[in-house]
Amino acid sequence: MGDESSVWGDGASAVAELSEVRRIYRMGSEEVHALDGVSFTIQRGEYWSVMGASGSGKSTLLNVLGCLDRPTSGVYRLAGEDVNRLDDDALSEVRSRNLGFIFQSYNLIPQLDVLENIMVPLFYQEEPPEDGEERARSLAERMGLEDRLGHRPLELSGGQQQRVAIARALVNDPELILADEATGNLDSQTAEEILNLFDELWREGKTLVFVTHEPHVAERASHVLRMRDGRVHEVTTTHRERGGTV
Amino acid sequence: MITSPLLRALRTGVKSLLLHKLRSLLTTLGVLFGTGSVIAMLAIGEGASQEAQEQIRLLGSQNVILRSIKPQDDPNQGNQTSRVARYGLTDGDLARFEETFPGVESIVPIREIAKEVRFEDRLLHPRVLAVTPNYVQATGRLLWEGRFLTPEDDRTLQNVCVLGTEVARALFPFESALEKRVKIGSDYFTVVGTLAPRVRLGEDRAQPGTEITGEVFIPFGTARKWYGKMQVKMRSGSRDMEEVDLHEVILTVSHPENVRMVADGAREMLGRFHEKKQDYEVVVPLELLARAEETKRIFNIVLGSIAGISLLVGGIGIMNVMLATVTERTREIGIRRALGAKRRHIVTQFLVETICLSVGGGLFGVALGIAIPWGVERYADMKTVVTPEAPILAFGISAGVGIIFGLYPAWRAATMDPVEALRHE
Repeated sequence: MGDESSVWGDGASAVAELSEVRRIYRMGSEEVHALDGVSFTIQRGEYWSVMGASGSGKSTLLNVLGCLDRPTSGVYRLAGEDVNRLDDDALSEVRSRNLGFIFQSYNLIPQLDVLENIMVPLFYQEEPPEDGEERARSLAERMGLEDRLGHRPLELSGGQQQRVAIARALVNDPELILADEATGNLDSQTAEEILNLFDELWREGKTLVFVTHEPHVAERASHVLRMRDGRVHEVTTTHRERGGTV
Repeated sequence: MITSPLLRALRTGVKSLLLHKLRSLLTTLGVLFGTGSVIAMLAIGEGASQEAQEQIRLLGSQNVILRSIKPQDDPNQGNQTSRVARYGLTDGDLARFEETFPGVESIVPIREIAKEVRFEDRLLHPRVLAVTPNYVQATGRLLWEGRFLTPEDDRTLQNVCVLGTEVARALFPFESALEKRVKIGSDYFTVVGTLAPRVRLGEDRAQPGTEITGEVFIPFGTARKWYGKMQVKMRSGSRDMEEVDLHEVILTVSHPENVRMVADGAREMLGRFHEKKQDYEVVVPLELLARAEETKRIFNIVLGSIAGISLLVGGIGIMNVMLATVTERTREIGIRRALGAKRRHIVTQFLVETICLSVGGGLFGVALGIAIPWGVERYADMKTVVTPEAPILAFGISAGVGIIFGLYPAWRAATMDPVEALRHE
């Protein structure tokens, strides 16, 4: 599966489909092609890692995948929906319903406590679920945060903060979880715990996209996408199965 | 914990504001002082105006008051032969008013007699006023005890008098004044009545040590008979004599709309007969009232603009801080947008914070605005009136200021590019 075209799957179980996606920035008189015709498809239950040098377009790719940015041209379908046709409000609704974000610097909201931070995506849904708080509590419990619910983010360790962020990314039961160097700020032991958590999520059938610099982290995914100069350089499968290690 | 979005926005807003307590406090000060000064200024203005109107009303709004005034000393007259100053309204004037004036209901001539008043060992120097019985109707004064002077008293030249409150209290602190005989000058007068105080009881405080003024009323005819027209004033070795027919004439007009006509007529008539010297004045309480209203209006406009400017400055202060807050919290905005916040959520969030600031300032400002007039009334001895509209108005304006000056920062926050905002450090 070295060729990107071979990754096209059947539409039924595709979570994210990109076809000839371009993202062009205008910087003064110069045009920067951050994404220059990117096509691939992520199937439900896959675990992708994205690698590439800085400036290779992986951040832009993640922004497009996360509906924070729109392609200049090309089609991006998230769960079958053409993102380019949605207005700002609808895109926001997509983010609050179908996407979970995990950032390198956790990005928790400092004035909210742990439970409130976990629930933020639900606040912004048009029809928030009735059982939102229970869901948030059980996720916090799963992340080992049950006795930290009333704490502010700054009172927690980095690993704990990232667990809050992961709980927040899961609270809306998203189609796609996007992690941007989620272990970059953590010591190796905590990073390992977080990565094990991702494995666990994958095993449960979640779809994950993980941007990383580190090859050994990338190797834990089922698919490794390498970006170069705004293009997909190669996509490799690690033959890693959901069940265990390679 | 998922309650109504607005309630949650309110809670989040208050939490964010409490993160920077000092900054929030300082920001609200502008609106606080703005609101406080609006209310305080309106209260002081209203108090002053009500006091002025009260005083004018005491003169009687349907009255036209003519007063004698001593003209400036004429150096040509200052020779030895003529030491008698003759000036003022004359009996002739009175007769002409009585004969020719339409629309006048009653005419009260008043003479002021410079005599002291005694009872036993108590001596007072009140204004001794010789008046006709219709004085009480014309001035709206109320009787406290007994009766007022009657036409019968006037015609038969009775030695009777009516005491004003202050005089009655000073001469007869522990007993009724009725039927007592007081000495006015060198003649005895029987007290037949006392008047009710002009102002509410308890407010006419007699300062200790100061001489009590006040009024004693005697029949006009009696005064003519006993005291004549000549007044002698002893002054440092020399004697000044004045001859004044009438010190004051009160014309009561039958309808308020005729006041102006009567006043103009009086001015014209007096002008014709007092060509040589300006020895009278015409006081029209209704005109004074109109002038007082006008003064109040100008006062309100001036104070209102000052207070409005201070509210504006307060609003700009809030906007300034909110713009800084938005910049400072760019990352938070990015996070919220990434997690699904729509533009209107961001607008609501920041607008709620601004409104909290301004409404908080407004609430404390209302308290301040009520406290200041209270202090002024207590320590500066000025009447103040906090009308119920003033706090509502001021509070409404401060809330409005919050919305108006909060819109732009909120809009700035909402239109940020989420990607850029997330990258912000």
